[in-house]
Amino acid sequence: MRQKFAKAYLILVFIILYAPILFLIVYSFSQGETMTNYHGFTWRHYQTLFSDARMLAIVANTLLVALLSSLIATLIGTLGALSINRTTKRVTRESLLTLNNVLMVSPDVIIGASFLIFFTMLKIPLGFGSVLMSHIAFEIPIVVLMVLPRLREMSASMLDAAQDLGATTRQLLSQVIVPFISPGIFAGFFMALTYSLDDFAVTFFVTGNGFSTLSVEIYSRARQGINLEINALSGVMFLFSLLLVGGYYWIQQASRKRKHRKREVVS
Amino acid sequence: MTKRKTWLYFIPYGLWLALFVIAPVALIIYQSFFDLGHQFTFSNYSTYFQSATYLKMTLNSVWYAFLITLFTGLISYPTAYFLHQLKHRQFWLLLVILPTWINILLKAYAFIGIFSQAGLANQFLTFIGIGPQQILFTNASFIFVATYIQIPFMILPIFNALDDLNPAFVNASRDLGASNWQTFRRVIFPLTLPGVKAGVQAVFIPSLSLFMLTRLIGGNKVITLGTAIEEHFLTTMNWGMGSTIGVVLIIAMIIVMTLTGDQRPKGGTPR
Repeated sequence: MRQKFAKAYLILVFIILYAPILFLIVYSFSQGETMTNYHGFTWRHYQTLFSDARMLAIVANTLLVALLSSLIATLIGTLGALSINRTTKRVTRESLLTLNNVLMVSPDVIIGASFLIFFTMLKIPLGFGSVLMSHIAFEIPIVVLMVLPRLREMSASMLDAAQDLGATTRQLLSQVIVPFISPGIFAGFFMALTYSLDDFAVTFFVTGNGFSTLSVEIYSRARQGINLEINALSGVMFLFSLLLVGGYYWIQQASRKRKHRKREVVS
Repeated sequence: MTKRKTWLYFIPYGLWLALFVIAPVALIIYQSFFDLGHQFTFSNYSTYFQSATYLKMTLNSVWYAFLITLFTGLISYPTAYFLHQLKHRQFWLLLVILPTWINILLKAYAFIGIFSQAGLANQFLTFIGIGPQQILFTNASFIFVATYIQIPFMILPIFNALDDLNPAFVNASRDLGASNWQTFRRVIFPLTLPGVKAGVQAVFIPSLSLFMLTRLIGGNKVITLGTAIEEHFLTTMNWGMGSTIGVVLIIAMIIVMTLTGDQRPKGGTPR
């Protein structure tokens, strides 16, 4: 009885979670112009989407910003995690971590508004540059949070061994530390990527007139009403998210397996 | 390893801390003391605290955020609890997280379709005999959609807390004769409270600032702190007042963080 209730409850929650997304995708194949009655199958909206030059340019922009910002954020974040991990004083470490998490907990509007003031004061023009910088900025803390636990797991004796065997700082970093923490780095990169693709509010504040990302474009089109081209876009994006989630899951499983293997070797 | 060399690695991260963490917060506080004519003034704060409109808006925003958090919690706790008893729970958890990877604007857009005059929701209401209602652009639709969007962010920390719970405690409680409900109330719930707190943190603060939802779903009837900030910054260009509301939002955030303790959002899901 209890089991049945639990199952029914979970099924209901999953239906609620997925119904709107499936609803969008189903209507992307409808011949009508609205999301009310299904009018038979068509690829037309996907054809419109893939011949919409403005939309394609925006998709390219979004992907460029996401990839570039995640790469840079991963680099800076990993370096940051390395230096946080090296701090010996507890107070320094705690305050660094607190500062690191400020952007994690701040509401998007605050981040967007304060970055807008920041760019305006420094006379940095709003557009690709400001959006890229903002994305790097709010992605760094999640990279740090993903890399730090791996660094903590690393044993000091391994580093000592490498140094005793004559490794230079650079060798130590590239041959010992980075390979060990690479699952954390990859996880950080993926999280940064999704943060970037998912962001609307911050971009909306710092984007100016000429430059647009997908979220901002969807917002302005959704304000004008239903347009099944957006449904087609959500179909494509859902497929893309599935691939990303699959990739992320695979990385996690791989690192878990490695852990198991390590444990077997130890025992 | 020379100390000086490793210090160099800190430079990019340190620059980020100074330029994109400390400076923006300082700037928003600084900006809140300037009026439209770039004159130093306290008038933004006095306007804010003397205006019934602003205070009512703030209370409203907090009230809606509270409701959204409450509903999210009521739905999410049982979900996390039941989910945790499943066999392939990591896989099911992934399915809970998956919708958060869909752009939030697309989800809001889906509800514009579902809640529209001839949409799915109204077709259902007609079918069960109630007849079509105005659903879109109401406060209820705003709360519904916001709750929908926040559910995964609440499930995740509660699930993690359940995962951290030592099953020996539950077994001990049962062995000592506690009923299922007693075990839940006295053992499981108190021990997973950190997860609930982390979830409240992850849901309440963003709920104060969801301005795109108030526009697309709430039809500008609900004004949250976020909507007000966006309005002042991007429409009326009154940055001073916008920053003042921003400072209020920051203070609200600090209060929530203190009340819910030192739990950081676990797992790090996208916003």
